[in-house]
Amino acid sequence: MVPKSGKNLNIPSPRHRPGEEPEFDNLDIPNAGTVSRPDIMTDPKQMFDYANTVIRVLDMKNNALGEWDPKLSPDDMRKGLYDMLTTRIYDDRMQNMQRVGKMSFYMKSTGEEAVSVAQAMALDKKDMLFPSYRQQGLLISRGRDLLDMMNHCLSNSKDNCKGRQLPIMYTWRDGNLFSISGNLGTQFCQAVGWAVASAYKGEDAIAATWVGEGTTATSDFHHGMTFAAVYNAPVLLNVVNNQWAISSFQGFAGGEKATFASRAMGYGMPGLRVDGNDFLAVYAVTKWAADRARNGGGPTLIEHFTYRASAHSTSDDPSKYRPEDEYEVWPLGDPIERLKNYLIEIGEWSEERHKAAMEEINAMVIKKYKEAESFGTLNSGSRPEISSMFDDVFKEQPDNLRRQRQQLGV
Amino acid sequence: MAKMNMVQAINSAQDVMLERDDSVVIFGEDVGYFGGVFNCTEGLQKKYGEQRVFDTPIAEGGIIALAIGMGVNEMRPVAEIQFSDYIYPAFDQIVSEASRLRYRSGGEYWAPITIRTPCGGGIRGGQTHSQSPEGIFTHVSGVKSIMPSNPYDAKGLLISAIEDDDPTLFFEPKRLYNGPFFGDPKQASQGWDKHEKGEVPEGYYTVPIGKANTVRMGHDLTIITYGTMVHVSLAAAELSDYDVEVIDLRTLIPLDIDHIAESVCRTGRCIVVHEATKTGGFGAEILSQIQEECFWKLEAPIGRVAGWDIPYPHAFEWEYFPGQGRVLDAIKKVMEG
Repeated sequence: MVPKSGKNLNIPSPRHRPGEEPEFDNLDIPNAGTVSRPDIMTDPKQMFDYANTVIRVLDMKNNALGEWDPKLSPDDMRKGLYDMLTTRIYDDRMQNMQRVGKMSFYMKSTGEEAVSVAQAMALDKKDMLFPSYRQQGLLISRGRDLLDMMNHCLSNSKDNCKGRQLPIMYTWRDGNLFSISGNLGTQFCQAVGWAVASAYKGEDAIAATWVGEGTTATSDFHHGMTFAAVYNAPVLLNVVNNQWAISSFQGFAGGEKATFASRAMGYGMPGLRVDGNDFLAVYAVTKWAADRARNGGGPTLIEHFTYRASAHSTSDDPSKYRPEDEYEVWPLGDPIERLKNYLIEIGEWSEERHKAAMEEINAMVIKKYKEAESFGTLNSGSRPEISSMFDDVFKEQPDNLRRQRQQLGV
Repeated sequence: MAKMNMVQAINSAQDVMLERDDSVVIFGEDVGYFGGVFNCTEGLQKKYGEQRVFDTPIAEGGIIALAIGMGVNEMRPVAEIQFSDYIYPAFDQIVSEASRLRYRSGGEYWAPITIRTPCGGGIRGGQTHSQSPEGIFTHVSGVKSIMPSNPYDAKGLLISAIEDDDPTLFFEPKRLYNGPFFGDPKQASQGWDKHEKGEVPEGYYTVPIGKANTVRMGHDLTIITYGTMVHVSLAAAELSDYDVEVIDLRTLIPLDIDHIAESVCRTGRCIVVHEATKTGGFGAEILSQIQEECFWKLEAPIGRVAGWDIPYPHAFEWEYFPGQGRVLDAIKKVMEG
């Protein structure tokens, strides 16, 4: 067969492949502080521009600029920094433990910590979270014990998912965090349903949900958008555009034709496009959308413009499909470094304190991990009771499952 | 007691539950102001308001996702899928989400949703308004499947389904909405008003999920069936020279195998009858469980009557539909070899 070259057919291709020198000269990124902040109840028809720019607060010289600056207290910013650091160190430790066979699978959120940590801080604890699989910062920011997260990932005797879920598919009812599915996008319209129920009951709580840019191609994404718009659901619909869906760059989700935030326009809802590596901008945009939803303004679509610094998961090698150093030249930098440098710039942090914080977190993570291992791992030590695998299929165990459990001899 | 057809009984069940429980809401395509294409929600929006009975976008996956999210937020949504032929866009939400939520979350989350959907043929609906897809869902762990055959059971089972804390699929054989159907389209149609199961209490009552019902006692052979085919099988039993017992399963999952096994072990012969296509159908599962439970009591191979393994053909509806003749042939074969 001769390769085809039909001139009217477009197969998207990323700018760089392995071995090529990466650059992002094509990106049109405005200076920090230059985008205005509209009133929270602004008519979406007046908001098209916000979906086609990048809302930024922190510039690359450690200044917080413009109307979107949330003016957070130094304590809040230090909490954000600490939680982002914890997320990164936790991810690194867990990935290493996966590499030595302690668990079946892992997914890091390196480079995207600001999205989950800043958003969790901007939302109320009563707000319900429907994440995808790369927002572990939500749990950390809301104060879930790392031991519980590790117990889940190790599928050990203390795993609250009872050994039924892949690592990182957390469930945390006490923290108002929904069960993570693993099938992409299914939670998007479920979050809308949760929000509709909250509005039906006259309650103040809102919902928030996350998908990657690749998942905007699914029907679930459009169901969520349509239902949210139709019922004016108090929900934040987040698209984490980290440029890569395993090996498929964002062009395969249509990102070269229009921004993901601009999808909102066709549904009559605001779309905000934010620098996802800018903790302060993510916080400000989330607060804007949450205030709007709580005020009866309905849903907002937020595109977090960021970069997936690590592999998709422990099952793929990104050097097979993109330049290994692509993240190094990402023009919006690293979220932890940027917030750290800003805090140092305003005299509220220092290299010494940063180093000490890292050491403290490292020691805490190692200690927690040792404790978690004492409750077993997937391959050694204690697991949940085998008989429990027949529980929770239904609220009450039907006869056929009772008989199958007996057949297994447990 | 009141005379009700199946539409009225289903309407009444929803009416009773809307009245009793503020967490019950009803939604689906055309169910609100219009009252549903089969009138199953007629008058309910007027009575309970637009926030409790409302229309949805035409997106079955979105409808079920909405129901799941509401169910997680302490509500009891009843979602209508207008025809069971339209349920496939919601497949992932039913199979991967509603059915597995309790399990995958270690019991922390669940979605007590009821999915109502008209099924079956015999109304000149062609291949997109006639299917019986129950066997696709009975294969799924974590969702209950119900198919009533008369107004009394429909109302009592639907109330049970709405009150159930697990997701339920409630299949409504639409050929039975206005009256029992015996499989012969040339025969004058009958209403439910002359049928004892058309006598339905106006208030609250339940029929338990997971319990089969013997609708005709007999000694020679057991027919195991559900939905429209209950009435076809009863008519065939009347015409037969043999003393035929008929069991109406009412619930497919969880299956009341003890009830089935008691009967088949007693009669020693049985036929499984359903309208859905044969290969891989729910009848195959029933048949398999019967041989596990009753093999040494069986006097003859188990018979099976089902739709042909083809899409439901518009112009050949009555050649497709497994009518009395096919049931009688099966009885004869099982009895006489």
